[in-house]
Amino acid sequence: MKQDIVGHKQGLVSKIIIYVLLIALLITIVVPVAWVFMASIKENSEFYGNPFALPQGVHWQNFVDAWTKARMGDYFFTSVMITAMALAILLVVALPAAYVLSRYKFIGSKFLNTCFMAGLFINVSYIVVPIFLMFVSGDKIVRNLFGTGFFLNNPFVVSVVLASTTLPFTIYLLSSYLATLPKDYEEAAYVDGAGYFTTMVRIILPMAKPSIVTVILFEFLAYWNEYIISQTMLTDPNGARTLPVGLLNLMKAQNARAEYGQMYAGMVMVMVPTLVLYMCVQKKLTQGMTLGGLKG
Amino acid sequence: MQKNKARSRFIVACVAPACILAFIFMVVPTFNVFRMSLFRWGGYSPNQTFVGLQNFITLFQDEDFFRSCRNSILLIVLVTVVTLSFALLFAFILTREKIRGQNLFRIVFYIPNILSVVVISAIFSAIYDSNRGLLNSILSLFRGDADPIYWLGDQKIVIYSLAIAMVWQAIGYYMVMYMASMSSIPESLYESANLEGASRTRQFFSITLPLIWTNIRTTLTFFIISNINMSFLFVKAMTGGGPDGSTEVFLSYMYSQAYTNSTYGYGMAIGVVVFSFSFALSALVNFVTKREPLEF
Repeated sequence: MKQDIVGHKQGLVSKIIIYVLLIALLITIVVPVAWVFMASIKENSEFYGNPFALPQGVHWQNFVDAWTKARMGDYFFTSVMITAMALAILLVVALPAAYVLSRYKFIGSKFLNTCFMAGLFINVSYIVVPIFLMFVSGDKIVRNLFGTGFFLNNPFVVSVVLASTTLPFTIYLLSSYLATLPKDYEEAAYVDGAGYFTTMVRIILPMAKPSIVTVILFEFLAYWNEYIISQTMLTDPNGARTLPVGLLNLMKAQNARAEYGQMYAGMVMVMVPTLVLYMCVQKKLTQGMTLGGLKG
Repeated sequence: MQKNKARSRFIVACVAPACILAFIFMVVPTFNVFRMSLFRWGGYSPNQTFVGLQNFITLFQDEDFFRSCRNSILLIVLVTVVTLSFALLFAFILTREKIRGQNLFRIVFYIPNILSVVVISAIFSAIYDSNRGLLNSILSLFRGDADPIYWLGDQKIVIYSLAIAMVWQAIGYYMVMYMASMSSIPESLYESANLEGASRTRQFFSITLPLIWTNIRTTLTFFIISNINMSFLFVKAMTGGGPDGSTEVFLSYMYSQAYTNSTYGYGMAIGVVVFSFSFALSALVNFVTKREPLEF
């Protein structure tokens, strides 16, 4: 009897400790994010007082300024464009490759599989400068021939680079899913007289939907948030830029000109699409992670 | 015969685009990293001089490089240990305890992972701001009007400020990962442990940890590789290597030598060393953590 009460007490204490831990982590995540949203509607003068003070009113002007003066509107469209193009290129290229690499045996199939696996270890950060210089010399040649450059400051080229450098991970993720599908589907399709291409598009791809969704979610976040490649490849200060790069500029400008409101409005613009997507699909995303294994 | 021909044509059509893109944007740049580390080249000028291992000899006498080494290794050790311990702890709590709002905690803890590194850097710059920052205004409640702490301006503190931001970003991701593998451990093991009176801590170290050891090993290897990359992204967005080069890490030093400083060959030599280092380190970790895998 006595033991029972002691045990109960211990349980209560550990429960309290556990909740304190959980809530502490919750606060360290929620408060900064919520604070950014709050700060984005504050007037510039309000930033000199207590940082925890609630905004005195809703100052939408920050968003208007960021959208037009800081050109975050343009950057927003560039980001949307680059993300969409990169996703399209990625899927068109990676799906057939993953399908063939995971389900067909041919000369060199083992070699190619190993190569793409090895590609998982090559990080973009190592090769971004070589790619940049490749484009510099490529532009020299193109400029001699046609008068204008092609590779640098071109959103399309950025999306090609983004798609290419994420190929190994995507192929790895898709193949590991496709390899689990039974062989019978294709055999049945061939017996019915379907060609290779029709079999892939009509039979296999619909079945691979869960893994395709996972790829889209992951790579959308990766492309939207990416800034090293786009910062290096889009060099023209008056040309196209992506949102995170624009935000970096706002951060630097903030130190000099004290335009706090604009910066927080810019942060909200970068965050909101990812947060909205996350809220819609958070279950899929965290499940997909275990499906795909790891991402470095 | 006809069928064979169609099959090969289909295979080539599917695999070729992926191979070409990966070759141009991954294989060639990686090869260039290794090749150009043997040259002296400014990056833009046409004269490339072959200098053999001269770049590497300079590198091993470069005090700045050793400083970036120290910072990187400190970040690797510190961030890995703290992140993985917290991730394991919270994963254990959320899978083993009956918690109200369990889903809410899981969803919120994952949020930092979907934010852009630029946004996280902006958030933490605001938190660390010496005059109007959240952290100093909380601390001033306890410290009175003492001199503000320069979280990003003091050379001794700044690297830890970075580490905190990196831990903040990574905990949720690894927690979700561990939750998935922990939930596959059969309930019966914990039930019999409960009957024998094993405490929660004991259960964690004797049941959970050994059974998900394989998963921890894999994440550890990946974490080290991705940490080298993430520290670069954070440094680039948050401190730019400053103040006075005190937060330069491996890849940020490489980037600044190759891109900003236009000593491209030298930068690539750094890349080669870092590349080899990260491989050696993950091989070492893999070897040290090797244990007989346990079955359920």
